[in-house]
Amino acid sequence: MNGAHDLGGIDGFGAIGSAADEPIFHAEWERRVFAMALASGFHGRWNIDMGRFAREDTDPLTYLRATYYEQWLRGLRRLLVERGLVSASELASGQAEGPGPRPAIPAARVAALLAKGGSARRAGNAPARFQAGDAVRVKNAHPQGHTRMPRYCRGRVGVIERDHGIFVFPDSNAINGDERPQHCYAVCFSAESLWGADAEPRDRVYIDLWDDYLEPA
Amino acid sequence: MSHDNDDHGHDHRSSDNHWSELTLRVKALESLLVEKKLVEPAALDAFIDTYETKIGPRNGARVIARAWSDPAYKARLLTDASAAIAEFGYTGRQGEDMVVLENSAKVHNLVVCTLCSCYPWPVLGLPPVWYKAAPYRARAVREPRAVLAEFGVTLGGDVEVRVWDSTAELRYLVLPERPAGSEDLSETELGLLVTRDAMIGTGLALPVASLSKRGCP
Repeated sequence: MNGAHDLGGIDGFGAIGSAADEPIFHAEWERRVFAMALASGFHGRWNIDMGRFAREDTDPLTYLRATYYEQWLRGLRRLLVERGLVSASELASGQAEGPGPRPAIPAARVAALLAKGGSARRAGNAPARFQAGDAVRVKNAHPQGHTRMPRYCRGRVGVIERDHGIFVFPDSNAINGDERPQHCYAVCFSAESLWGADAEPRDRVYIDLWDDYLEPA
Repeated sequence: MSHDNDDHGHDHRSSDNHWSELTLRVKALESLLVEKKLVEPAALDAFIDTYETKIGPRNGARVIARAWSDPAYKARLLTDASAAIAEFGYTGRQGEDMVVLENSAKVHNLVVCTLCSCYPWPVLGLPPVWYKAAPYRARAVREPRAVLAEFGVTLGGDVEVRVWDSTAELRYLVLPERPAGSEDLSETELGLLVTRDAMIGTGLALPVASLSKRGCP
């Protein structure tokens, strides 16, 4: 979706405002939201692309006004209901109407689960449509659902820098877990091709893009 | 670099009322999930403790210091970053598929995630607020040199800036240039010169002279 999360190239936000010696979390509620999101995610009822879409899929003002962990909280509340871990009435009342469908992740398993992670790389022999050095154009497409094709590169021509291998395709994975594994590439764009003649001629932007986002140029 | 931003990105929302309501809402959600036995409070504590006390940029600094000290390790790191980083035991969530980008006198790499907050957790921990916030995500791809200047980094016109937008499940770590005059330093001392920002690309490794100020181990 063409949402407010797709921020690359927007002007007017002002200074970066980095702070020295910043804490990892700024309040206890941020800690709890972070941990609840991870713990709930390990039930396997949604994948990372569904998680991202749940945070993106809102009106632009809500997205931009929220702090980071407010976005996480909003996404988590939505997924808990959509994916059947909590009912809407339970979420509204705060009162459990029965036990959840799955047992909690025990504390003893946390370290191992985090260390294992879950790669989106897939085996298989999906053919690569492109190879390093090929000129490609990003499609001028505007999917209504989740996509990892930033607006600022759509329709632009770049060059395949490297083939990362075969990865889960986020657009379909976000809808129903259909992984449609395909090659994902680092595509190199000159700053001028993205931002026009005023850009630094020497500078480059590399964007990771899947086969389905690209066409030969 | 601005150090006067102590509102943690909570601008426009600074009323105490908003934050106390949010705190209550998060507590209510945790109570509900615990009552439904979907999460275990001790497991939530373990998720938080992992990223507050166990996993952070010291991990990445050890990787960089090894790469500076050991040419064979550096070669492994640049060809198969995930495996080379796993030699330290740094694996898993949000670092399953790593790529290391080498800075030089002619190339400066900078990492961003314009669409959300992708960041290599096993080597850097959780991202700082500015990395997740709109100004950095909007500007890093469009005006990287102005962004770098806000972090106190000024590059010559002969240096190529390469911005990497983490749109897929690859996670990027910058290998900064080894500081001049560091030939006689131990790997431990070298690690003290590697900052989080140097591994994102918004900073450079610290000069050797900074060691005496910080106190040599």
